[in-house]
This record gives sequence, C-alpha cells and structure tokens, in this order.
Amino acid sequence: MAEGRMRAKMYEIVKAEKLTPDVIKLEIKAPQIAKKAKAGQFIMVTPTEHGERIPLTMADFSPEKGTITIAALEIGKTTKELGTLKAGDKVFSLVGPLGLPTHLHNFGNVVSIGGGIGLALMYPVVRAFRQSGNHTINIIGAKNEKLLIYEDEIKTVSDEFYVCTDDGSKGHHGFVSDVLKKMIAENKKIDLVYAVGPIIMMKVIANITKPHNIKTIVSLNPIMVDGTGMCGSCRVIISGETKFGCVDGPEFDGHAVDFDNLTARNRRYMPEEAVSLKKWQGAK
Amino acid sequence: MADEPQQPKQPKKIVPKKYPMPEQDPKERIRNFNEVPIGQEAQTAILEAQRCLQCKRGPNRKVCMDGCPVEIDIPVFIKQVQEGNFEEAIRIIRQKQNLPAVCGRVCPYENQCEGLCVVGKKNEPVGIGRLERFLADWERKEMKKGKVEVPPPTGKQVAVVGAGPAGLTVAGDLAKLGHKITIFEALQYCGGVLVYGIPEFRLPKEIVHAEVDYIRRMGVDIKNDFVVGKLETVDELMRDYDAVFVATGAGLPDWTNLKGENLNGIMSANEFLTRVNLMKAFKFPEYDTPIRAGERVVTIGGGNVAMDCARTSLRLGCKESVILYRRSDAELPARREEVHHAQQEGVRFELLAAPVEFIGDDCGNVKQVKAIRMQLGEPDASGRRRPVKIPGSEFLIDAQTVLIAIGQSPNPLVPMTTPDLKTTKEGTIAVDEEGRTSKKAVWAGGDIASGAATVILAMGDGKKAAKSMHRYLTQDQSWPAPEVFEKLSCEM
Repeated sequence: MAEGRMRAKMYEIVKAEKLTPDVIKLEIKAPQIAKKAKAGQFIMVTPTEHGERIPLTMADFSPEKGTITIAALEIGKTTKELGTLKAGDKVFSLVGPLGLPTHLHNFGNVVSIGGGIGLALMYPVVRAFRQSGNHTINIIGAKNEKLLIYEDEIKTVSDEFYVCTDDGSKGHHGFVSDVLKKMIAENKKIDLVYAVGPIIMMKVIANITKPHNIKTIVSLNPIMVDGTGMCGSCRVIISGETKFGCVDGPEFDGHAVDFDNLTARNRRYMPEEAVSLKKWQGAK
Repeated sequence: MADEPQQPKQPKKIVPKKYPMPEQDPKERIRNFNEVPIGQEAQTAILEAQRCLQCKRGPNRKVCMDGCPVEIDIPVFIKQVQEGNFEEAIRIIRQKQNLPAVCGRVCPYENQCEGLCVVGKKNEPVGIGRLERFLADWERKEMKKGKVEVPPPTGKQVAVVGAGPAGLTVAGDLAKLGHKITIFEALQYCGGVLVYGIPEFRLPKEIVHAEVDYIRRMGVDIKNDFVVGKLETVDELMRDYDAVFVATGAGLPDWTNLKGENLNGIMSANEFLTRVNLMKAFKFPEYDTPIRAGERVVTIGGGNVAMDCARTSLRLGCKESVILYRRSDAELPARREEVHHAQQEGVRFELLAAPVEFIGDDCGNVKQVKAIRMQLGEPDASGRRRPVKIPGSEFLIDAQTVLIAIGQSPNPLVPMTTPDLKTTKEGTIAVDEEGRTSKKAVWAGGDIASGAATVILAMGDGKKAAKSMHRYLTQDQSWPAPEVFEKLSCEM
C-alpha cells in the first residue's frame, strides 16, 4: 500500500523564487502555522514521501495570507530538491511552528548580526526586536554582493544598518565581526547581541562579546529528525549540559554553547549526504 | 451449527504443544527487514483453536480473558475459529480491540491471556496471540475495505491528541458509539511507537497503516503534522471539542549522562529507530534519511527497545551487535521471545556490565565503550537485585555506534502548555482509575500517564478512558474533586 494514501494533507507552494543561484525562497500555504508562528521559530519540512525531515527557519509568516515563507541554501539533496519546486507544487509534510520563539523585550540597543542563509531568519527577528521598542543595529554579511539576501527587508527594520562582504563588492570589505569589534572599541552602548549564520561566525561573535560581558544570543542549526524533542539528534552542549536544539532552542546563550561539538555533530552524515546528492544528480 | 445435536462430553486429548509458527531462518532474516514469523495457514489456525477447552470464567477461576487488558471475549472468538468462521471471529475481536493485527504481533501474551490459559498449566498454552494475528491478517487480505458502519452521530465531538496505541483505541471505541472523533498527530504517519519505534521485522508498517485506515473508515478524522502544544494548545482544542484525550507517549529519551555521550555515533534508541522505521533509513539512498551502523554496535539496556536496536543493527550490516546490560539474564526486562530471537540471530549479550565512559577518536567519533563488571547485591525498591560495580573490573569494547536504550520519559509538551494539568514527580500526567485528569473534560492514557509501558497496556488505558468519556458525554458530567489529583501527583 502506498503510504502516501494514508495522508490527506499536502502543502501547496504559492510562490517560488530564487534569491541567489543557490538560495530558494518558497511561500507555502499553511494557514494554521502562519497564525501561530513567532520570530525565531522553525518548521520541519519533508519535500516528498521518500524525503528526510529537515528543519528550516521561517523567513516570514502572514496570518492574513495564510502563508509561511522559508528560505533554504541549496547545499544537499533535500534542499536542492526544494530548489526545483515551482508555484503550484506541493510538499509532502510541514510541521510547525517548532522551537521556542525569540525572547522579546525592550533591551535597548540590540545589535543583530547575520551571515549567509542566516539573513532569512534574521529578518523576522529584527523586525520583532524593533516592534518591541529596541534600537536595532543590524549588520549583515555575505561572501559577495550577489549573495546578500533579505538586504532590503532588513534595512527597512533597521535604525542603523551595516553591510559587509568578504570580497568588498558591497559595504565594508571584511567580516561582520569587524563591524562589531569597532563598535565595542568605540564604546558603543550594546545591550544585546543576536547572531545567526554559519557556526564559525556565531562562534567568533560570541568570543568577541564574552570578555565585555555583552549578552549574546545565537540561533543554532543542528541536525534534526523529528524536531519535537523525541530523538536527541539535535543535542547541543550548553554550559556542559546536554540540551535539545529543537525544544530547548534553537536560540541559546552564545557564551555557553560548545560550538566545536556542534560543528563535529553537524558533519556526522557527510559521507551519506554525498551519496544521496550524487544519486539525485545522476537521476536528474 | 446450533441445531446440531450436542456431542456427548468426552475427555479431550490435548495436543501438548502449540502448532509451530513458521519463521524466517535466522541466517537469512538478519539480511532483510521482512517479518520474522511468517504467519499460519487457515488449517493450522483451526487446529490450534481446537486445543482450546472453552473454559468458563468463575469467581475463583481466572481464565484467558481475565488476562486481557482490553477484555477480548477470547473463548468466544476461538470457538468461531474452531468452526472456521473467521469473519465472525474477527468481528468478536473487533468489538473490543481496535488494532488486532498489531496486538497479534507485539502483545506479551505469555504474561496475559496465554499466561492464564488452563491448557498451559500442563502443556503449552493455546496460541491465542497467533490466532488473533491470523484473523487480523485474514481480514486484511480477504475482506473488502468499505466504510465501517457506526451508529448515528451523538453530536459530541472528541479530540484525541496522539495517534499511538492509546489514542487509536479511544478513537476506535468512541467512534463505535457514534461520537465524532478528530485525532491530532505530530508525525507524518499515524501509529506513534508502532511506526517510529517497533521495527519493520516485528511489525510491518503496512499493517499499521491498514489498521489506521480501518479507524479512518469508521469516520474518524486524522490531522497529521499537528503538534498540540505548538499549533494549538489543549485549552484551544477545548473551545471546539466536548472532551479531550491526551496520549502523547513517552517520547523523551533518557541518557546515561556519562562522559563522551555526545560523541558522533552515539544516539538514543529513539533517534536510531525513528531514522530506520519512520524515515526508512534502511532503504537509504532510495529514502533520503541516512543511518550508519559500522562494524560493531553496542546497545546499552536490556528491554524490548534494546532488543529492537540490537537486531536492527544486524540488519544494517554490522559485524557484531552487542547488548550491554547491568543485571543478569534473568532480570532482562525484554520479552523472552525477543531475547530468544536476538540470541538466534547472533546478538552477543554482555551481561552484568555497565558503561562508565565513551571514548572518542580525534574527529569526535566514538571508538570505544569503557565498561565495568557488575554483580548483583540486595534487592532494591523494585524487588530486583541491585547491580553493584566490581572495583577494578573495567574493560573496553570497540564500537562505531552506541545506542542508548535505557528508557524514555513522558513527552513534556502538553503538560508544559496546559497549566492546570497536574503531573507527577516523574512527569506523567496524574490520572484517576478512569483516566480522568485534574482538568475537567480532559483524560490521559498510555505512556504519558503511566510512564513507559507496553502497547497493550496503553490500549487498556484507552479502553478505560473511552468508557469514562462516553459516560461523561452522554450522562454524567461530574468530575472528581481537585484534592484527588493533588494526592495523585504527590503519591506517584
């Protein structure tokens, strides 16, 4: 018996758009999730019946339109498969909103820092920081100008806005961390730092803020299976204690995270990921 | 048959042993995920049924059905099998049992119905479990799959949270009484532990899907991908439903908390089994979810879940699968049949040994388990003899994969998001003998109320709760006083 027959629901894509050659943005009809979603939360997506469950951050959600928006870096088989989807196509399974939302409060001056695909998640978070009355200082970065995503959206919710590129094609020539270091050196008042992006970026940021005792929140992306606290695939070490990224996170105190363990754990299926990708590319 | 003359009573000569259940050869089956027992033929089922003495229950006489948590009329259905009336036999089972093909496979019959079988006092008991399985399989193959007749609607709406054994039982029982049921399930498929936990070779998923389909054909509405506590809380559900049954299971894996447990290659039994069973990683790369066993897999624990892990590892191609258990063979909590199957398949039992530390390589992968020998001391609170470390007896076992199968705790999501739902110290939802919780119109059952137990006990909980819910929905809306639950939450 086809298992698909045992399921009534499928989720329709209303809009598909390439943000860069390797980043897909999908707006998907999911009225109940859209109604409940909050900044910082994620969803589990299974593109097809044979697919794997992967966590993707929500880049936006609209209770009015009944849609959520996800953005994914097309890096492995599953995300590349998502990259082929068009408006009208359907995804097999969508679960959310999962994880704890970003803790919102009027902290004062909030410096939010995003890199690469992390910028997609950064947008709803900084929007929410601003709605909570914070002075939002946003630093965004990518390898080059063409890979900057959500630039305009983030700009509209920024009180101060900085762009960095590794190759200098736009804004500051260098890393997002350079801008933060400069702010700290200039004694700028910073009440909270929020960082989302590559693990190495978040680690660097946390190392910069730690000696200055600046509270730093990072949003982690461990490998998940169910995403609801059942399996522990996503366990991360926080101040020496095991926590689950999916239910205790995805946001944690950046000064308490064992980033090296996270890096190692996220590499554990690399050989299989390569097999899966090769098979898919061969079949295409 | 009724008008045939009564046979004169004669002492019946009982065939001493159960008719054999054909099984896949151990050497063959460790290379595939197909079911181990192949199933019996109709003729064998009839012969097996004829071993039954048709005992009557009495006040001082316990018989098979006294051991059945869902109170199946066992002698009555067996009588029908004796006469070859399979359709009537399965109808009788279905009056009480919503998942016969499942329970005919995973119930611990030896401690329940078969444990009380009178034939079993001197011989092997009647194979009640395999008869149930035979009938359910016969039904699935032979009977058409139309709408299942239910009584006219009562107008009452019930929300069931979780489509595992307890939730499906409540849904089936209440649908049979004409209530409108909606099941909310977090995963993409229904069945709970039946689909994510129990392996394909013990319980083919196609069978679970067919049982769920039967419940759906009773008019039960199922919403998958719906995480109650996230998408809607129990309080929000109560705006639309007259009663709620919470059966969210024991999904939270327990850890050893030993040094090195977060190394790559070490995972919870839940992660390992979910990858393999729910996500079908055993068919990778046809299915996208990966799994890797490596040369040697060490499973920590001695329960059914540990046996499932050890046997699954063999099928994933590991050269050696080792069970590390801190007590001796006699205390293994797994069913004897599971232990036996594991032994047949070549699982190595490293008994009276417990892990002390996990040792990794330079890349953060586990390479060895450091363990210590144990001996049994005085009995502890559970009545089992307490394992005590033997000083200086540490030893190393090489392992590329370590599976932690030492238990699960209640899923905290619903209790956390339902403020007035009282819980016990263990995190289970406090319930009275009918499954009622501290929150009016909310019942709970299965592992979320009892802690980690068995499929059939969860179904028994569901059955009790369904009776109580039906009474509440149709007659009597009284509810126990808050003090009852105060007491329950302290006691347990």
